[in-house]
Amino acid sequence: MASSTTNEHVKQHTISMTVENHFGTLNRIAGLFAAKGYNIDSLTVGPTEDDAVSRMTIVTRGDDQIIEQIMKQLHKLIDTIKVVDLTDDTFVDRELALVKVQCTPTSRMEIMQISEIFRTKVVDVSPKTLTIEATGSQLKVDAVINMLKPFGIKELARTGRVAIKREFQGEA
Amino acid sequence: MTPTKAQDNHQGKLMTGAEIFVRCLVEEGVDTLFGYPGGVVIGIYDVLHDLTHIKHILTRHEQGATHAAEGYSKATGRPGVVLVTSGPGATNAVTGIADAYMDSIPLVVFTGQVVTKLIGNDAFQEVDIVGITRPITKHNYLVKDVNELARTIKAAFYIATTGRPGPVLVDLPKDVLAAKAVFEYPKTISLRSYNPVVDGNIRQIKKAAELINEAKRPLLYVGGGVISSNASAEVRALADKLHAPITTTLHGLGAYPEQSKLSLGMLGMHGTWYSNVAVDQCDVLIAIGARFDDRVTGKVEEFAKNAKKIHIDIDPSAISKNVPADVPIVGDVKRVLKQLNELVKPLDTKEWLKTIDGWKAEHPLRYKQDGSLRAQHVIDKLGEITDGDAIVVSDVGQSQMWTAQFFKWKHPRTQITSGGLGTMGFSLPAAMGAAFGRRDLPVVCISGDGGFQMNIQELATVAQNNLPLKIFIINNGYLGMVRQWQEFFWKKRYSHTQITSPDFVKVAEAYGIPAQRVSSPADVEATIRKALAHKDGPMLVEFVVVPEENVFPMIPAGQTVNEIMDSPEPLKQSHATHKTMIHAKG
Repeated sequence: MASSTTNEHVKQHTISMTVENHFGTLNRIAGLFAAKGYNIDSLTVGPTEDDAVSRMTIVTRGDDQIIEQIMKQLHKLIDTIKVVDLTDDTFVDRELALVKVQCTPTSRMEIMQISEIFRTKVVDVSPKTLTIEATGSQLKVDAVINMLKPFGIKELARTGRVAIKREFQGEA
Repeated sequence: MTPTKAQDNHQGKLMTGAEIFVRCLVEEGVDTLFGYPGGVVIGIYDVLHDLTHIKHILTRHEQGATHAAEGYSKATGRPGVVLVTSGPGATNAVTGIADAYMDSIPLVVFTGQVVTKLIGNDAFQEVDIVGITRPITKHNYLVKDVNELARTIKAAFYIATTGRPGPVLVDLPKDVLAAKAVFEYPKTISLRSYNPVVDGNIRQIKKAAELINEAKRPLLYVGGGVISSNASAEVRALADKLHAPITTTLHGLGAYPEQSKLSLGMLGMHGTWYSNVAVDQCDVLIAIGARFDDRVTGKVEEFAKNAKKIHIDIDPSAISKNVPADVPIVGDVKRVLKQLNELVKPLDTKEWLKTIDGWKAEHPLRYKQDGSLRAQHVIDKLGEITDGDAIVVSDVGQSQMWTAQFFKWKHPRTQITSGGLGTMGFSLPAAMGAAFGRRDLPVVCISGDGGFQMNIQELATVAQNNLPLKIFIINNGYLGMVRQWQEFFWKKRYSHTQITSPDFVKVAEAYGIPAQRVSSPADVEATIRKALAHKDGPMLVEFVVVPEENVFPMIPAGQTVNEIMDSPEPLKQSHATHKTMIHAKG
């Protein structure tokens, strides 16, 4: 890269793309990131309203020049239908985490209160654990996890980000 | 080839996958297929046995088949087509596929595959070639259903030959080739996810024209995209209208006749002194179908630092990848240039050209002429004798650079070499491919002694087909380019770069190919003339040259024009004085 990559210019970007739902497409995209040495913070893939099309949401980071190359390289893949960098638009993004927390009869209520404050759901309960389903922005999911940490997190499963552009840009 | 009625008659018929495969090639107008049979593709070979439409060339190694297809494609402008078997057949083809990917050559490579139910079972001669070639193909396919076969082949040719060209691989399981389906070859195809931009944005083209019209020291920097796009005439029209000097990359050689006063020859690491200085001093650089490769730019931050840069390329990802463009134009260079040429005005470049002529006079390409044989002399003579009317296929390393420097390129599609990947062993099979595709010009293969031994087996293919190929081996007993680096940068520690060779004359004769050895400059001209006059078949000439010769000029990797090392042969004016002068200006 021509410009030096200093940390100040590195920014997180959320890229949303639609691709042909062929086998190997995910491999092509993951392989591209690996081959070119781009970072992936998270990558999610799932179906869309059209069975033949999958949507991928990729959270990556880099300076403007690297992000420009990533966009161009993703677009260059034959199976790519559309690539959009949502970062400068307003968009809705969600992550989901399932957090299995250790609990005692005394801590159980406290954990459930925290869950309520964050509007998360208790989806499983056992004498020694509670499993919380947290959905929201990355920041919210991070916050939930941080609040639950002191109780002892036994297991954690977390998705990457999914995102979609808001229909009305610039409106709240 | 236009489809005849006989071909059309096959549409709508029930046939096997193998028959469909071959019919698809006929529909695509494929006349030459480079390949090697094996277990899973016997069905296809059985169909080919009775077919006269397609000439199948049996190479002696699958790498040879892919390089031959590259050479064929470069020389003819048509896609190169390869058929190999599964497993080792497919992996042997990999280097040629990677080479074609780096140099944007349209290839369609068909590999056999084990039956679909055995895929993933580590079956005999099974390899995941689609996985292996994913990063070195423009796209690839595994065909799992015979009903998808024809459409997939159509898509493969379409993708390989449009946009920025490149290799496409189609993996064909044995059971798919045996299954039956109704043959329907689509006349056209469109893919919603693949629509290369061919027309440049007119506002950008206008911006480029404005920049050019104000230029005092314009320079055209022309790459292989001009050859792929068949845009040599448009480039010529632009350079001639602007009176602008023009330098080409390795793959751009032939885009503009080098005999012309405006030509500066090749730029980059081993480019001419004056082309590199012109890049440094120009005020508008017009990059056309070139990708600012590191062998061209050296230190990217310093490359053409005094110039505004216009970059025309069909591949958006090539633009501003290494060097930011002031005016990027995405589009097919031929179409863009047609529009641009209308908008630019003739420029007064007399002063600029005079300065360049001064550089040319003071720092010409040159070599020692002391009575011993040097490769530069051989190539110089070849250029002189053919007057540029030859297809010259070079290998990789010193012989390649000397060929690029000393042959006076005249026509597009006559310079064939492995540029991006730098594949030793490329030249012999690629020259074969060129010779199968073109009979209007003599085809000359120029290889070093090292590279030649990497695909020496293809002499058998040359002999079997009695190809009128002229094979020149530049034998210096070294892997010369690595030795040169060892001399300059590794204290002359020539670790494993001395290489022995068989008696090439005897080897050629064993294949039934006439051969001759030349050790004196005095014999060069007569021998080249003799080889070229031998039009009925191949001839091999081994030139035994001085062992420790270097390629000059040289800009060491990652450095700038300020570090250029010119030939140590005497100059008319001191190098240092001249450099001071030009840098005072810049």
